[in-house]
Amino acid sequence: MNVITPIVRDPNAEKFDTKKLLEHAEQQAADRKYEDFMIVDVDSHHYETGSYKDIFQYIEDPIVRDQFVHTKGQTLMLRSTGGFQEMAGRITRYEHRGTEPVPGAARHRDIVVTLKWMDALGVDVACLFPTPMLGLGLNPIIEVEAQYARAYNRWLTEHILAEEPRIVSMLYLPMNDPAAALRMVEDFSGRQGVVGFLVTTVRYKPLHDNAYMKLYRALEERGLPLAFHAATNWGDQSMHITNRFIASHALGFTWFNIVHMTNWVVNGIPERFPGLKSVWIESGLAWVPFLMQRLDNEYMMRSSEAPSLKRKPSDYMREMFYTSQPMEMIGNRTMLEETFKMINAETQLVYASDYPHWDMDLPSTIYDLPFLSLQAKKNILGENARKLFKLDTILSPEKKARLKERAAAA
Amino acid sequence: MAQVFVCNELEMKAGDVRIVRQDRIEVGVYRHAGAYYAYRNHCAHQGGPACEGIIRNKVIDLLGPDKSFLGQTYDDNEPHIVCPWHGWEYKLTTGECAPDPKLRLRRHEIVKREGGVYVVI
Repeated sequence: MNVITPIVRDPNAEKFDTKKLLEHAEQQAADRKYEDFMIVDVDSHHYETGSYKDIFQYIEDPIVRDQFVHTKGQTLMLRSTGGFQEMAGRITRYEHRGTEPVPGAARHRDIVVTLKWMDALGVDVACLFPTPMLGLGLNPIIEVEAQYARAYNRWLTEHILAEEPRIVSMLYLPMNDPAAALRMVEDFSGRQGVVGFLVTTVRYKPLHDNAYMKLYRALEERGLPLAFHAATNWGDQSMHITNRFIASHALGFTWFNIVHMTNWVVNGIPERFPGLKSVWIESGLAWVPFLMQRLDNEYMMRSSEAPSLKRKPSDYMREMFYTSQPMEMIGNRTMLEETFKMINAETQLVYASDYPHWDMDLPSTIYDLPFLSLQAKKNILGENARKLFKLDTILSPEKKARLKERAAAA
Repeated sequence: MAQVFVCNELEMKAGDVRIVRQDRIEVGVYRHAGAYYAYRNHCAHQGGPACEGIIRNKVIDLLGPDKSFLGQTYDDNEPHIVCPWHGWEYKLTTGECAPDPKLRLRRHEIVKREGGVYVVI
């Protein structure tokens, strides 16, 4: 055996650095030659908590603004969506992300950090969402949701989206105030980086309510997709009987999309607004075949209760879009393959990382699937979302440099 | 195969870890209860840097004689290596994935000689 002098590191002595944490992801990107195609991440996050002071200044109502300032944001948190994401210190980026040095004050910290992880994963364009705001729909003070959503959207579009073309978003809609939600679409459509609008599905107002029809028409007219981002609510009566985050998360993140999807379909919203594209986010995929089968079976017996439908529920669901994360990869690949077939994954599935959250998925979760053709992988990782969001084909500067290196070496 | 120098024998304390890199291969070397263990720094889940996270003892449920749940505690005899990307846990002394022993971190041999600790890569 040879004896050699290696590089030896003590990870406990190193400062937190996103690039270092994701070094293996970067290696995956290089090994798989992600520079050959565009990757769009349809669900990623930042922590708007770090920008609270700036966002609060955008709250137009002085009463609500003062409440936010003096409660340091707790006004937002009159609800319970879980917590425990950091697993008692196991997921180290939760504890240490705040300590990461960000050189150069010229750009917002969230832009710098977001581009860092995007480059490591091989993502060219990321759709960025907030984090605690996923539970804002539970806030019993309607004006708080409307005021804070508008403030956040103004701050996001002005300070992040306008400054970095690789970061886009679907903007939060304050659905507890339908008129305010409609105004949001009217006022923010067309701004740089606004590729659609978002309903957070932890909420208890039915989305087929007549109050929303103008909103859906406005989105359809503009050709903008409506996304439904799941979360959990540990305070929900049914979730309240679970005693572990794994249970509340596994069930809640599917349940809230299941209930709104069911209402969406049986009330015939896809028939009423056939041009309105919907995207269902962060419930994984296994729930979709379950709900398709369940609704189709009942529809054949009770079609009189869903008279707007001209086809089976699954026919509408198959035309919607789904984000891939957190994909159920454990144990049964045959089921996963069948799921891909049932949802027309080649055209309807869009990759999502959910980074930096605890159950994030890398692009390799799609790229390494043996039952997909190369074209299907490219569609799911980027092309489907590029078309959905009407994006130009963009490659990151890192990918362009890699292509240049390859050309020079050839 | 090469013997890669990690450290002098007294350098690592209990619970310490060092990441040794040789070409593209990274190995995490652990010191635990007087022994050394070495595993490939590659999580079986999505390829994360498994050896760069924390070490946390296994959590166990405490049950009474009638199988009532009494609480939880740590099993001090079973430390786990926790991947920092998603929290997958591996037994430090075997490299087996805690919830599924069919999966594991790849083990590397440790050689101690002349006061030095080496890992075979």
